[in-house]
Amino acid sequence: MFKLSAEGEKEVKKELARYEARESAIIPSLFVAQKENGGHVSPEVIRELSKVMDIPESRINEVFKFYTMFNQKPVGKYHVQVCTTISCALVGGRELANHICKELGVGLDEVTPDGRYTVSRVECLGACGYAPMMQVNDDYHEHLTPESAMNILRGMK
Amino acid sequence: MAETKMLSEFYHLDEYQTLAGYKSHGGYATLKKAFGMEPKAIIEEVKASGLRGRGGAGFPTGMKWGFLPNNGEPRYLLCNADEGEPGTFKDRLMMERAPHQLIEGMIISGYAVGSKKGYIYIRGEYMKSIRILEKALKEAYDNGYLGKNIQGSGVDFDLDLYRGAGAYICGEETGMISSLEGKKGQPKLKPPFPAVQGYLRKPTIVNNVETLAAVTYIVKDGAQAYRKFGTEKSAGTKLFSLSGNVNKPGNYEVPLGYPLKDLIQIEGGGIKGGKKLKAVIPGGSSAPVLNAEEVEKANLDYESLAGLGSMLGSGAVIVIDDSQCMVDMLGVLMHFYHHESCGQCTPCREGTGWLNKIVHSILEGRGRLQDIDLLIKVADNMKGKTICALSDAAALPVLSFVTKFRDEFEFFVREGRSKVKGTSHAEMHH
Repeated sequence: MFKLSAEGEKEVKKELARYEARESAIIPSLFVAQKENGGHVSPEVIRELSKVMDIPESRINEVFKFYTMFNQKPVGKYHVQVCTTISCALVGGRELANHICKELGVGLDEVTPDGRYTVSRVECLGACGYAPMMQVNDDYHEHLTPESAMNILRGMK
Repeated sequence: MAETKMLSEFYHLDEYQTLAGYKSHGGYATLKKAFGMEPKAIIEEVKASGLRGRGGAGFPTGMKWGFLPNNGEPRYLLCNADEGEPGTFKDRLMMERAPHQLIEGMIISGYAVGSKKGYIYIRGEYMKSIRILEKALKEAYDNGYLGKNIQGSGVDFDLDLYRGAGAYICGEETGMISSLEGKKGQPKLKPPFPAVQGYLRKPTIVNNVETLAAVTYIVKDGAQAYRKFGTEKSAGTKLFSLSGNVNKPGNYEVPLGYPLKDLIQIEGGGIKGGKKLKAVIPGGSSAPVLNAEEVEKANLDYESLAGLGSMLGSGAVIVIDDSQCMVDMLGVLMHFYHHESCGQCTPCREGTGWLNKIVHSILEGRGRLQDIDLLIKVADNMKGKTICALSDAAALPVLSFVTKFRDEFEFFVREGRSKVKGTSHAEMHH
């Protein structure tokens, strides 16, 4: 059973009052709940949000499923998102994603056995001039080489 | 020729991120002048400046503002900071280096269009920009630049941030409005245009970050001064995001009409690794690709690129060298559009899926010669048939890639390997 923390619930209530339409709080509240649930949104999370927000589950679900930043499956502590769209693809973005998977011994979108990493290929993140790049949780890492990317990932506490 | 820094003059200074630093370089000084003008006069000035939307569509900004109903109905000003067009990373630079420049542009634009409430809709991945903007918004509120009675002028303007959650389509203005309303980011039928019926069915103006920032300079120095930059029909300066196979990728501000080859050679330091230029996508991934011969003739303005059958778009210049396989690159692009189609219009939802499948069947060695014409046929059937421009944006690269680099497609079909790389697709990216 998932339950929002007291702070989480307070944040959701704040978002509900922040915009002209209550429904505008669905996206920010999903971010809050996903974080509290360890990185992904489960049916229990939707149920809890529906209860706290007084918005039907189906309404929250359709928003949840539409946006790529909401994870439908569990992810590792570090969600490594490697851009493989055109500007990155021109300078080795796809090779970088393959290299990281190989080094960590996982397939795309899987979680490493120690629970630390999930590697995903994602579409353009707006770092095209600093390619290749990866986003790890909230942070961008740019101008990467296969070696520098692995150093960054292995150095994460 | 060289860079002309109007917007980006102080981007190298860290202090420009702060209210005090921004003010010490003339920031917020234009508010007084703006509030002394009639809102209509500002709209006229922006019309006279020739400013066109810098997000991609290039629609004249003053004309867009002019579509608002002439009544006292509440209206919203929405800043499009959902930068998602592949190749584009200029709005991020602007928000990270000069958050107050955007805020000042929005206050002035809000005053001009009669809006008392604005939102900056920013893509969810831009956490660094979000943190910087949040700090700047707080500074602006604390110092009386936002909220009620701005600097004692009697003008009210509230500004808030809304974080997207990962969807290219939310950069389309009606998709953005749907998203801000807490829905799937699906575009809406036009008309009614947002200026008449937008956010919560109220009149809404949606402008790109760079467009709003430019308004301050137009009000400050006047339309005629702004028109000194650029060409007669493409006025002003623009930030171009240069990426791909060049020595010095990055954002460069140049006057519109700047030669494309100069941007690549002078600002970009030429093609990396002694290779040759093969092609350039001049305006973000939705713009038709130019071959090397066309690049020689192209200028970075709306008319020159339209004359070559492409477009200025968001100003994202993606440079492709002669070691790249165009079939492979089209595969990358089609994966993107298929992934990002919102799914509500059949020609786009199905069309992007088929384009992606057909290109990948060629890449995987299962292509037939007739598939090349099938690509063209499917793409042709996707143009002008949907609610928004994403369908066309997927079709245009296909038509230009296949037409201009047909030999590479035919070779791949016949040999099951890349004409350029000499290998199969699987071997290309082991």
